Amino acid sequence: MSLLTIVYALSFYFAVAVLGLGLAFKIRQFWVTPAPLKIPIMPAPLTGTGVAFRLGREVVFFESLFKSNKWIWVLAVLFHAGLLLVVMRHLRYFTEPVWFWVVLVQPFGVYAGFAMVAGLLGLWARRFLVDRIRYISSPSDHLMLALLVLIGASGLSLRYLARTDIIQVKAFFLGLLHFDWQPLPSEPSLLLHLGLVALLMIIFPFSKLLHVPGVFFSPSRNQIDNAREKRHLAPWAAHLDSGRDNAPAE
Amino acid sequence: MAKAPTFDIPAFREDLASPAVVPGAMDHSQPFVASPDHQADLGFPGELVDDWETKAVEKLGELLEKNRALRVYLDSCVKCGACTDKCHYYIGTGDPKNMPVARQDLLRSVYRRNFTLAGKLMPKLVGARDLDKDLLDDWYKYFHQCSQCRRCAVFCPYGIDTAEISMAAREIMDHIGVGQKYCNEIIGKVHKIGNNLGLPKPALINTMEGLEEDVEEETGITVRFPVDVKGADVLLVTPSADFFAEPHVDGLIGYAKVFHQAGISWTVSSYASEAANFAMFIGSYEQMHKVAARIRQAALDLGVKRIVFGECGHAWRVAYSFLNSLAGPWDFLDPKYPKPQHILEVTNGLIKSGAINLDTTANDDKVLTFHDSCNVARGSRMGDVEGGQFIIPREVIKASVNKFVDMDPGTINEKTFCCGGGGGLLTDDLMELRVKGALPRMEALKDVVDNHGVTHMAAICAICKSQFAKVMPYYGFPMDMIISVHQLVGDAILLGTKE
Repeated sequence: MSLLTIVYALSFYFAVAVLGLGLAFKIRQFWVTPAPLKIPIMPAPLTGTGVAFRLGREVVFFESLFKSNKWIWVLAVLFHAGLLLVVMRHLRYFTEPVWFWVVLVQPFGVYAGFAMVAGLLGLWARRFLVDRIRYISSPSDHLMLALLVLIGASGLSLRYLARTDIIQVKAFFLGLLHFDWQPLPSEPSLLLHLGLVALLMIIFPFSKLLHVPGVFFSPSRNQIDNAREKRHLAPWAAHLDSGRDNAPAE
Repeated sequence: MAKAPTFDIPAFREDLASPAVVPGAMDHSQPFVASPDHQADLGFPGELVDDWETKAVEKLGELLEKNRALRVYLDSCVKCGACTDKCHYYIGTGDPKNMPVARQDLLRSVYRRNFTLAGKLMPKLVGARDLDKDLLDDWYKYFHQCSQCRRCAVFCPYGIDTAEISMAAREIMDHIGVGQKYCNEIIGKVHKIGNNLGLPKPALINTMEGLEEDVEEETGITVRFPVDVKGADVLLVTPSADFFAEPHVDGLIGYAKVFHQAGISWTVSSYASEAANFAMFIGSYEQMHKVAARIRQAALDLGVKRIVFGECGHAWRVAYSFLNSLAGPWDFLDPKYPKPQHILEVTNGLIKSGAINLDTTANDDKVLTFHDSCNVARGSRMGDVEGGQFIIPREVIKASVNKFVDMDPGTINEKTFCCGGGGGLLTDDLMELRVKGALPRMEALKDVVDNHGVTHMAAICAICKSQFAKVMPYYGFPMDMIISVHQLVGDAILLGTKE
């Protein structure tokens, strides 16, 4: 067992742990923090089903972003839809036998890699070209895009430039899953690709990538419009009611 | 005509393009600071407290525990830029700190520095900052250049609502002794006297009697304007500007005529003679609760069956969305009616059922458009269908006038622009901001005036009406172009035609 394999194996276990625990912590924090008032952005759905559809449209179609700015929308869809297909394509490294639908996705996953990188480069260009977005960009916003572009580019290079032994890569990841470690090939572009993915997983719960759970917890989007029908009261606010009269003053 | 301004009136944009960033363009704009007395009335420290940096961060920590929205919004922004050109204050000033995300970042930078691992370890990298005097000054300036209209949140992929952020920032500032005079003085008046304008009971009764005489003189019919009548069916809670300001008072006359003609007994309360709840603007749940409790007490004292709110934007947001939380449950009111109800819901229902009749030709001298007030549009509803807050006012207007034209679709309904004076900014010390913030609405109005001959714009918010009456002359529109929706109703209603 090479040192390289050991380092990467441990890195991935660490990254999965940080991602899982970090996200669990943040989701719990979002969950337990009360929303003291009804603040859905109106018009809002009148039923829970309606809210599910509203959130669904945000997550799947980026509805609000579409209303806002078609350029950001197109680029964001290219990136996110591309990433989704790429992740689906990569499931073949973790499943044996490979699931049926993962097989179907394979050819699309390749194009999706290009779409993803194109979307990211477009979004990055806007951080330089549009004065408003240049103003609001922190170094971390640029670095996040750089990280994702590098992941995408190194991944594409593994397909088109410096191919690696993907059978062995798959053996490595299945080995991680079954706690039966197998050697990892040592091509630099593979190591770069995997190292950056692990880094992304570690950064995730400490960064703006928290928009992923955040979108589901946003009170302006996940609340039902029923304030008149159903009293909404935060536990911490209930004691304020105790001092009041419930009878007419004489 | 308004007196000559000391600032440039923004020009109407040819192509409605997003303005270029002009750093520091509104760095000089800030409202008067609340005096120690005004602060004391609300239980806030009178001046900047010792060790305020620590206390501000502690307060932020407390709010993070109490308000999910704040926590989620501070964590979730990806700086995509979707909101950057959606704020009327950015459009009117070009100041980059008026871009919603940049405004949020004034607070988010402190959140990241004190409450996130990345901000503690690598502040420069993630835009985290310690709260210092410079940043506090920026908080005071730019969280008072947000009218909490929520337009940015419509366009945000995560629904991040800058109103929640600016409310939290104002709450923190109040707790370290830096309050805003306009809001805090007014909330004190509500506690002491019962309304924002400090109108005492005798003056209120006197005003209402005067209105009764005016209407009788004009129509020959006795339309009652009751105050503190026990056992009335309806408690009307309306912004105190309705009692005498123009064009608000014509709306109040309209409500009275509607109640009269429908045979509904009603009263205002001298104890709760104010619909407004400015505590929302300063983000104080406790103050909002205290102000809302007056309405509950008035309803109990007067033994009413229904509560109806007059034309007021943020008051209707508080009434529709918050009143059940703040002052409910309303189980002592008649369950047949929504609790509370908007006057437009009442009027529209009466028109539909034929209980009142309107003669649209009474308003044939006017071509109307309608300004959706931000808090009604994005913070509330009317009626029982999604978007009823857009439908019902228009139905009532169309039942009262023959000629109605909507403004550009990008400036109405959920995408409506704030009048420029909401959120506790309707004060003369912010006049430049108010004029510049009205630009997008004035552009949309100009379009329907030039192309459709619009003569009047109706609104359903006391702040909108006051703001437009003040700023429209800067843009070449007469101040009496802005009118109350219930003025149209009041002018068109057929009084005494039924038995």
